[in-house]
Amino acid sequence: MKLYKIFKNAILITVACLALSACATSKKSTGQMQGDVYTGTDSVEYLASGVPDRVFFATNETVLTTASRETLRKQAAWLRKNSKISIVLEGHADERGTREYNLALGERRANSAKDYLMTYGISSDRISVLSYGKERPVDSGSNPLAWSKNRRSVTVKAN
Amino acid sequence: MFRILFGIFLIISPTHVFALIEVDITRGNLNPLPIAVSPLSIDENSKKDLNKILKKKNIGSSISKIVETNLKISGLFNPLDKDAFLQAPDIANLKPRFEDWNLIKAQALITGKVDFVDEKLRVEFRLWDVLAGKEMMALAFTTVPSNWRRVGHIITDKVYERLTGEKGYFDTRIIYVAEEGPKTRRIKKLAIMDQDGANNKFLTLGNELVLTPRFNPTSQMVTYLSYFRNLPRVYLLDIETGMQEVVGDFPGMTFAPRFSPKGKKIIMSFAKDGNSDIYTMDLENRIVEKITNHPSIDTSPSYSPDGKYICFNSDRSGYQQIYVMNSDGSNVKRISFGKGLYGTPVWSPRGDLIAFTKLHKGKFYIGVMRTDGSGERLLTENFYQEAPSWSPNGRVLIFYRETKTDSKGEGFSAKLWSIDLTGYNERLVNTPTDASDPSWSSLLSN
Repeated sequence: MKLYKIFKNAILITVACLALSACATSKKSTGQMQGDVYTGTDSVEYLASGVPDRVFFATNETVLTTASRETLRKQAAWLRKNSKISIVLEGHADERGTREYNLALGERRANSAKDYLMTYGISSDRISVLSYGKERPVDSGSNPLAWSKNRRSVTVKAN
Repeated sequence: MFRILFGIFLIISPTHVFALIEVDITRGNLNPLPIAVSPLSIDENSKKDLNKILKKKNIGSSISKIVETNLKISGLFNPLDKDAFLQAPDIANLKPRFEDWNLIKAQALITGKVDFVDEKLRVEFRLWDVLAGKEMMALAFTTVPSNWRRVGHIITDKVYERLTGEKGYFDTRIIYVAEEGPKTRRIKKLAIMDQDGANNKFLTLGNELVLTPRFNPTSQMVTYLSYFRNLPRVYLLDIETGMQEVVGDFPGMTFAPRFSPKGKKIIMSFAKDGNSDIYTMDLENRIVEKITNHPSIDTSPSYSPDGKYICFNSDRSGYQQIYVMNSDGSNVKRISFGKGLYGTPVWSPRGDLIAFTKLHKGKFYIGVMRTDGSGERLLTENFYQEAPSWSPNGRVLIFYRETKTDSKGEGFSAKLWSIDLTGYNERLVNTPTDASDPSWSSLLSN
């Protein structure tokens, strides 16, 4: 009888552990996305300390999120301080779209970022735009989290 | 390369007989026609000479093997097992004993003969109606020996045309993008091969990203997108000479190119300041015309075969849909109204249908609809596939499909597939590497 109780407890504990670890993994993926916009940091690089290089988009969208605008304002401030630096805005789409449309979508995303930088005083002479469509994902996975990392515009130093 | 001349002679013009066998290609064919492809007969001297040149022990068997494979792949024919053939190839070609062929349930029979004459390959073949006991067709070809595979394809085209009433699609090539390496750093090269995967050749080295190659009507030129020097632009490539040139002088990205039906213009998208519109450039006088003028994305243009209309992809309604307009850009009409998103419209060479890619609830479909958007039919569903291209007779579509090979979504593969317009006969098209963006040539022997 006692043995049975121990056994039962052991099973309960195992079940609890499994539930916890399941929570941990699902939390990890939802915690890095708001709606379907990527909010994590593991694929982000930095132009300078505190200046992230990329912004993320919702599926099929080209509008900038609040977080994206904040990132771009940091980039604009940094570019104003470093007036000799020119940049390329590289626009990307996820793999869930047709190739040609995604090329156009990537171009539109990079231009959203460009327009915003220009309203914060960065001359269009310093900005060029390059769309890769879905050709250069940063995450090769085929799942919503990977796709959210890939829908992005990345600011790259041109010189 | 395509200009190597074939001497084609009609040996005996087929007397116009009715009630001979016919194959219906308008429906999914559940009862492919049983056909016997007898090895082409060859005498010992020709066999030896041709073996020296082509390294093929019996070129007669090799050619008939090509015919057999083509017929099988078409899904309309059932080539019978050669082991069951009772008559020797040389005798069958003179006068088949129809009872013997009837016995193994063959309804049609192909026989023929190969000779090596004056350094040339001479091939004759005959098509027989076994039940009626009659000859349906007899033709002979003379060409350089290295063209032996094309002879097999041309024989198939002639047989296909005689039995279905429509032109074949076997003496054709496919241009496509050969892919290798991880998804995040994929290396892409232009590649060209025969329709059956033979004679594969890479046309670029893979130093820059290349996408969406498409043939001109004579299949000697290709237009495609290249990221040469990190500037995505539409290029033109002459397959024979290897000469490449950029198309037009645009300050931004040009993409999604195709030729006009006569090959005189290239139609493409030009993207600037977040807006993509459709333009044409005349290849002779270099005049550029703007065809669409809309703040939405307008891309993937494709002409109707008569050149009067253009179908294209636009998100002016909010999402990707298919539109048709006059070739001057007037009279724009949306034609796709089903659930989901629609992309990559491509006008059929017969003019009556538009093939497309559809995205709905996380699945990708290849489908066709009439040019007014009615009669939508989805031919195949998968996790990810796109970019249909028509066979020159408008009966088969080739497209590419990516599959994720594990549950994490890693280790994927991209391959070319073909499917009949009927939705039957889906097949993997062999390529030496991973492959995408196929474009089917016209019939080369036309």
